[in-house]
Amino acid sequence: MRTSALLLLSGLAPLAAANTIPVAVAANFMPAMQKLAPAFEKQTGHTLQLSSGATGKFYAQIRAGAPFMVLLAADDTTPLKLEQEGLGITGTRFSYATGQLALWSPVANAVDRDGAVLKLANFRKLAIASPKAAPYGQAAMETLQALKLDATLAPKLVQGESIAQAYQFVATGNAEFGFVALSQIMEHGKLREGSAWIVPAALHQPIRQDAILLKPGAGSSAARALLDYLKTPAARTVMQQYGYRF
Amino acid sequence: MLTNEDWSAIRLTVELASVTTLLLLAIGIPLGWWLARSDSWPARITSALVTMPLVLPPTVIGFYLLIAFGANGPFGQLTQALGLGLLPFTFGGLVIASVIYSLPFAVQPLQQAFQGIGERPLEVAATLRAAPLDTFLHVVLPLARPGLITAAVMSFAHTVGEFGVVLMIGGNIPEQTRVISVQIYDHVEALEYAQAHWLSAGMLVFSFAVLLLLNLFKRNGARS
Repeated sequence: MRTSALLLLSGLAPLAAANTIPVAVAANFMPAMQKLAPAFEKQTGHTLQLSSGATGKFYAQIRAGAPFMVLLAADDTTPLKLEQEGLGITGTRFSYATGQLALWSPVANAVDRDGAVLKLANFRKLAIASPKAAPYGQAAMETLQALKLDATLAPKLVQGESIAQAYQFVATGNAEFGFVALSQIMEHGKLREGSAWIVPAALHQPIRQDAILLKPGAGSSAARALLDYLKTPAARTVMQQYGYRF
Repeated sequence: MLTNEDWSAIRLTVELASVTTLLLLAIGIPLGWWLARSDSWPARITSALVTMPLVLPPTVIGFYLLIAFGANGPFGQLTQALGLGLLPFTFGGLVIASVIYSLPFAVQPLQQAFQGIGERPLEVAATLRAAPLDTFLHVVLPLARPGLITAAVMSFAHTVGEFGVVLMIGGNIPEQTRVISVQIYDHVEALEYAQAHWLSAGMLVFSFAVLLLLNLFKRNGARS
């Protein structure tokens, strides 16, 4: 019994000790990150351990001592807050990408190029992410307010707890349209399916997505290497294909 | 303390749990009776199906409800053909989801209670020339009273405690699908911990009181 436990421990030890980087990834960035991770791992020999979720939830978990070394947030306020609270390392915070919001339907030609379909209000449900907890949800609300449609469309809104759920509501046909992250519906620089209106940046506050090194990663050169990697042109080319801007 | 939105979530949760409990009793009594009396293959298969929500993660139920009741799903096409529209994001949709999710909590205590009655009272009623329905209403149901109460209380409490399924098919609409558990989740996500505490502590007290009462009731029932 004891030998097998020791064997198990010794087998696990190298994995846990060296170069495995637990990363908290905002749900909208996960598709791009899954593309970036193998390239980074091949280049550096490190291993990434990706967890996808809502930024607000990560904040609560990091405050409670979660072992993440790096946070790739969906906003710029959460990393700032973590830095001020001493949970993030000062001087490591930077915007790794700016997200774009899109009005999307899985049906071809359902969304026109100017989003006029919103004004027609000829649909049952419009999905958004929670404006309280998700930056893309907040941007969606700001867009509706800028278009002066927030009051008329309020009865048609359904909220997902994250942008991933807003996407899911539309993808399963339970809501005809939804405000999603462009990264969720783009691949190789093209729309994967359906039709979309990329919301002009002027209609909402920019969705600046910041990264920060967290306390458990303070001494890890591997974690710092990941942050540096995200600034390289190669990484940015991949992000661009998912609809991110800089 | 509690905001208007919190109160609306509480009201909605009580409504949802009440409607679900009534429906579950209406379905659970005949179903439990059949499962208690029958040893056939259809009964065994049904029994396994009824118990499945106990072991399935709520995410599986939510995910498949979302697909099945969506615009392209079989039930979604049925509800649309019937002029009901799509059920996710509606109170009716939550009721159906809750009935499926809490079905074992209603059926199992009823089935056990019916099994516990045994053949003897039924034979006595038959010799007294009581009609089957008469026997069921005046002999079986009164004898199965503890099972009925357990089924009703557990259905209600389990629906109040429902979260994963509602999160996946609810859409977080005030007055329609934003129940207490979702409201708590929202508060926590938005870092409104004080608000989350009021509702969470309320749920803690509620569930403890319900289980304590049920326990007291069972002991008294057993003694008398």
